[in-house]
Amino acid sequence: MNQLIRAKSLNIFLLTGFSLISLPLLAQSEMAEMQSQGINSLEERRDPHAYSGGTTLTEGPYVLEGNERLTLADEHAFYALLGDRFEYNEQANTVGFDLQAWYGTTFDRLVLKTEGEIRKGSLEENQTDILWGHAISTYWDTQAGVRFDYYQEGENRQWLAFGLQGLAPYWFDLDLTAYLNESGNTAFTLNSEYELLLTQKLILQPSAEITLYGKDDKQNNLGAGLSTSTLGFRMRYELTRQFSPYVGVEWTNMFGSTADFAKENGQSDNNTAFVAGIKFWF
Amino acid sequence: MKLKESLQQVSKPRRRFVQGLIAGGVITAFPSILHAASFSVREALTGTAPELSGKEIKLVIDESPVNFTGVVRMATTINGSIPAPTLRLKEGDDVTIRVTNNLSVPSSIHWHGIILPYQMDGVPGISFKGILPGETFVYKFKLQQSGTYWYHSHSGFQEMTGMYGALIIEPREKDIISADNEYVIQLSDWTDDDPMALFRKLKVQSDVFNFNQPTVPEFFNEVSDSSVSNALQRRQMWHKMRMNPTDLSDLSASTMTFLMNGSTPMANWRGLFRAGEKLRLRFINGSSNSFFDVRIPELKLTVVQADGQNVEPVTVDEFRFGPGETYDVIVEPTDDAYTIFAQSMDRSGYAKGTLSTSSNIDAPVPALDAVEWLTMTDMMGNMASGNEHSSMPGMGGMQSKEMDHSKMTMDHSKMTMDHSKNGMPQNPLAIASSSVRHAKTEYGASVDMRVDMPRTNLDDPGIGLRNNGRRVLTISDLHSLEGIINQQEPEAEIELHLTGNMERYSWSFDGLEFGKSTPVHMKHNQRLRVILQNDTMMTHPMHLHGMWSDLENDKGEVQVRRHTIPVQPAQRISFLTTPHDVGRWAWHCHLLFHMDAGMFREVVVS
Repeated sequence: MNQLIRAKSLNIFLLTGFSLISLPLLAQSEMAEMQSQGINSLEERRDPHAYSGGTTLTEGPYVLEGNERLTLADEHAFYALLGDRFEYNEQANTVGFDLQAWYGTTFDRLVLKTEGEIRKGSLEENQTDILWGHAISTYWDTQAGVRFDYYQEGENRQWLAFGLQGLAPYWFDLDLTAYLNESGNTAFTLNSEYELLLTQKLILQPSAEITLYGKDDKQNNLGAGLSTSTLGFRMRYELTRQFSPYVGVEWTNMFGSTADFAKENGQSDNNTAFVAGIKFWF
Repeated sequence: MKLKESLQQVSKPRRRFVQGLIAGGVITAFPSILHAASFSVREALTGTAPELSGKEIKLVIDESPVNFTGVVRMATTINGSIPAPTLRLKEGDDVTIRVTNNLSVPSSIHWHGIILPYQMDGVPGISFKGILPGETFVYKFKLQQSGTYWYHSHSGFQEMTGMYGALIIEPREKDIISADNEYVIQLSDWTDDDPMALFRKLKVQSDVFNFNQPTVPEFFNEVSDSSVSNALQRRQMWHKMRMNPTDLSDLSASTMTFLMNGSTPMANWRGLFRAGEKLRLRFINGSSNSFFDVRIPELKLTVVQADGQNVEPVTVDEFRFGPGETYDVIVEPTDDAYTIFAQSMDRSGYAKGTLSTSSNIDAPVPALDAVEWLTMTDMMGNMASGNEHSSMPGMGGMQSKEMDHSKMTMDHSKMTMDHSKNGMPQNPLAIASSSVRHAKTEYGASVDMRVDMPRTNLDDPGIGLRNNGRRVLTISDLHSLEGIINQQEPEAEIELHLTGNMERYSWSFDGLEFGKSTPVHMKHNQRLRVILQNDTMMTHPMHLHGMWSDLENDKGEVQVRRHTIPVQPAQRISFLTTPHDVGRWAWHCHLLFHMDAGMFREVVVS
């Protein structure tokens, strides 16, 4: 029991540290970015169209017939499918996945995020976000859209989603989203990832995730307040930059009424799991 | 193009340091997919390009299979060879070049560095509509210059898949550069992957081809070699700014094979010479995305021409040049064999060839130099010398001590203040304005860095070449021969910044990618000063079509006439130009991926 408490407090300590470091960093970076006028005040900044002499790419002297003009990759849409986690969890005997896909230009994209667990061939739990991502600063995108939760046992939920995804100083990948659902419940998730290159191909990736809810959701055994936290370490070997097998360990903790619900159902409110999987992108 | 795409599906082994086959282009076994193809298959000729001369030239653009690395791929070729035929023309001639496009997509040819009417410049969507499939376009222009130039496709990524060749214009009068023999040495880069697929990968993960990234063990080695605080300090700025100190090239040898005259390092292009001969080597960087550092160990290189324009001879051991640039050098070999060694700027690989007196003698091949981290000079220009002023995102609380450790290798010119404050010089445009003005559009998602105190020195050989024990050419060494540049003073001045966001893999002028930009209007025949400030950490070879770029130093002394000027990180340079030909012209970074990502402006001269 003592051991358990110690493990749990270590987990909370690490997790809180991790999250608390990353949030102020984000704030600091964005503040600095906004305030950094540098040598040019607003009025001193150049108008980037000042040299055009009234011409545009399709108007003015010597423009091609039929208003044909050159288009380059900046006006081209791209896509990506990113499989961050696709792994077997030995403790729960489940297959977990965490996939993202996007399609769009550099600054505006349709973003799909889906994560969940499969047990014995059937989908046990799934959360899917469909978002419009829009670049608001050098390293940050806002994301707005909807989220669908699926529970094999429990009530499905639909949410409105609004979040931020980007890269914080010191190379922390952050993804934070606030949600509001039809019954007035609110939720907040924070994901943070970091990469430590042990070699050019062997990479240790610590990650942390916390989830909070505004209200109890008894049907789905989720409680108000800090609900769950997950801290993970995954060690991958990049066979190519786009395909890497990994092994890892993940600690999950439940808190408050979420923990109580778990105990009422005869389940533990924390667990340690070893995982093995592949990370890939196309 | 369809066939090409399907060929990309054939096995794609990941390679590092792709060295290539002994004989590129020799195909022993076609993949079955090629047999199914409905057109005749003739493999591309590689190695020394065939030569065409005269006033009438015929060129045919086609797809040809090629095998540089052990895998057959489709290349786009001109007259079936890589490089394309070397055109040897004569100054003063009216030439007619008929170009037939046998591809299934539009194509084009741009005559790089050639002064001609804008309709002949070959940029689809700007100077003409492009050459549609099956069509023949007739280029007609008068050659008003002489020297070493090149030509290439200006459509999509065709240049990257084989469409580049040398263009030599013999002077009308006797050439003032004398040599017993000469060779064109054209450097390029080849990838087995589909260029668009590579571009997309960079959009997803911009450091995907960088295998020289800082690692944790390196950090601990540094801790034990010096101290924790030194090791931390060296990294802090980079981490804080979310930038990579080894971000030297977007595409490395992990996907590129570097070629010399269409030959892989293993194929070893060879130029023969007789003992005692004086050789003229016409170096052309015809690569898509690679800066090369070129040297011939044991031989001095006397640079006599830059971008086709004669310069006062300067003798060096090594020079760096980016895509689009050319250098002519004179060498006087005395030994039997020498290696022409051209390592890529990111040190991930090299192109090489041999100069020898007979076909069976080789010289040793030097090792690649170690990768160097970019310095604070590359990030902040003159600010690195201790000024605390900063406006880079994420650098709010920067302390000057964080910058002290940067090794200042160059003598940075003293900061000059805005001259309006220091009493007016006679002509306010006598020297380039040194007061930095960022564009409004530089404050947004397109830009990851703004330099407030750029450096203006031209005597920096650049990252990886500083203090390497060799005499390396810098731009300050280059002086056009008398009479080349008219000394007319500028009547107007414009300032543009080179910008980008490496994380999003977006490149631009003034934070505006091409599609969002408006043209730069230049008055016909009005002498104009253009200031280019590089607000990124990469070197950009900036190529202005249709007119010369007469590079000046920060004292307003015009130095050298170029068509492509490499602008180093955090550097602010200026050049004068006289737009003597009306029309619409292209102006862009000649790193093909930067150009296509949006570091491209249209210029209207009227």
